[in-house]
Amino acid sequence: MIAHYGYKDGSGDFFISIDTDKCTQCSDKPCLEACPEKIIELFTDDYDDEVVGIKASERNKIKYTCLTCKSTFGAGHAACIEACLLEAIEHSW
Amino acid sequence: MTEKNEFWRWEESRWKNPDLDWENAEVITLGVDVGSVSSQAVILCDGELFAYSNMRTGYDSSESALNAASWALEGTGLTLDDIHFKVGTGYGRVNVTFADRNITEIACHARGGNLMYGPTVRTILDMGGQDCKVIRCDERGKVVSFLMNDKCAAGTGRGIEVFTDLLGVPIGEVGQRSLRVEMEPEPVSSTCVVFAKSEAIGLLHAGWSTEKVLAAYCLATANRVVSLLERVGMVKDFAITGGIAKNVGVVSRIEKILGVSALEPKYDTQIAGAMGAALFAKALAEKKAKTG
Repeated sequence: MIAHYGYKDGSGDFFISIDTDKCTQCSDKPCLEACPEKIIELFTDDYDDEVVGIKASERNKIKYTCLTCKSTFGAGHAACIEACLLEAIEHSW
Repeated sequence: MTEKNEFWRWEESRWKNPDLDWENAEVITLGVDVGSVSSQAVILCDGELFAYSNMRTGYDSSESALNAASWALEGTGLTLDDIHFKVGTGYGRVNVTFADRNITEIACHARGGNLMYGPTVRTILDMGGQDCKVIRCDERGKVVSFLMNDKCAAGTGRGIEVFTDLLGVPIGEVGQRSLRVEMEPEPVSSTCVVFAKSEAIGLLHAGWSTEKVLAAYCLATANRVVSLLERVGMVKDFAITGGIAKNVGVVSRIEKILGVSALEPKYDTQIAGAMGAALFAKALAEKKAKTG
């Protein structure tokens, strides 16, 4: 399953996409530690798979929360993307 | 003092299947979807639709869940204790205190859409009261991909409600009246309902008819959700659920922009989430019976 967390508002599209089918194959989940803002969480989805997602409290402000990290890594990149060896995470901006 | 009309008020409804007798059923399940604007309860007997209710959500989610369930049960002879498994979904799912489990509305809409529109449905657009969801699913109703936008009211039922009050048009007439224009106008702002309302007031002052303003707003709503559909990728068959699925002005414009026809719903488009929850409840009840 590809989960798009985030939003579209007047300033653009801000989505973090996570391929949870790849997530289930990863035992270490290095993205959890890599995220400097700790907005990624581990949870059991509706189909009983252990996957990662963006915390509900963070989903509508990722443009701001991810700003510092993205300014370090550059557009389209972030610590979570670099940490995920299965390339399961993408950012839309 | 003049009476204030509630143009936004939509009709609450309930239905009971006259051909089903719950006493012959092996598994009776309940799905309750407590949304931001409306709450629904669906009762299934062996996976077949037995009864449902669709009503406005109040300020208390727990009470709304109970009210929806009670209304669906009313006159059936069934009580909550007769139900083998109950699943809560929607924004208020954690407040469905009598539920055995709660499941996200994303998964429930996919499962419910699969039953309501058939196994060929691959893309479901749920236009809810305060959010908009695009869900891609497989032939079994399992979610393949999803996107939810609940940051702003544009493209949601709440946005339409704002316009009904502004223009004094009953919500059930918005769609049809928006189609009574000779030429499609430019859409109003699709990024913010507050700005769209301000823009509409300006257009009314500039001499636009009510129908033309409605057309501009319905088009803006359609544009808004199509951009979300494009992010996830539209795959046929396509279906729309939620309250706005009843608005022909928005639906026909979405169909025109995408170049596809939405599947015809077999049931009330607002019960998809609760239907999915009841289907999950059936699977969980059967699993529970097997494992003890």
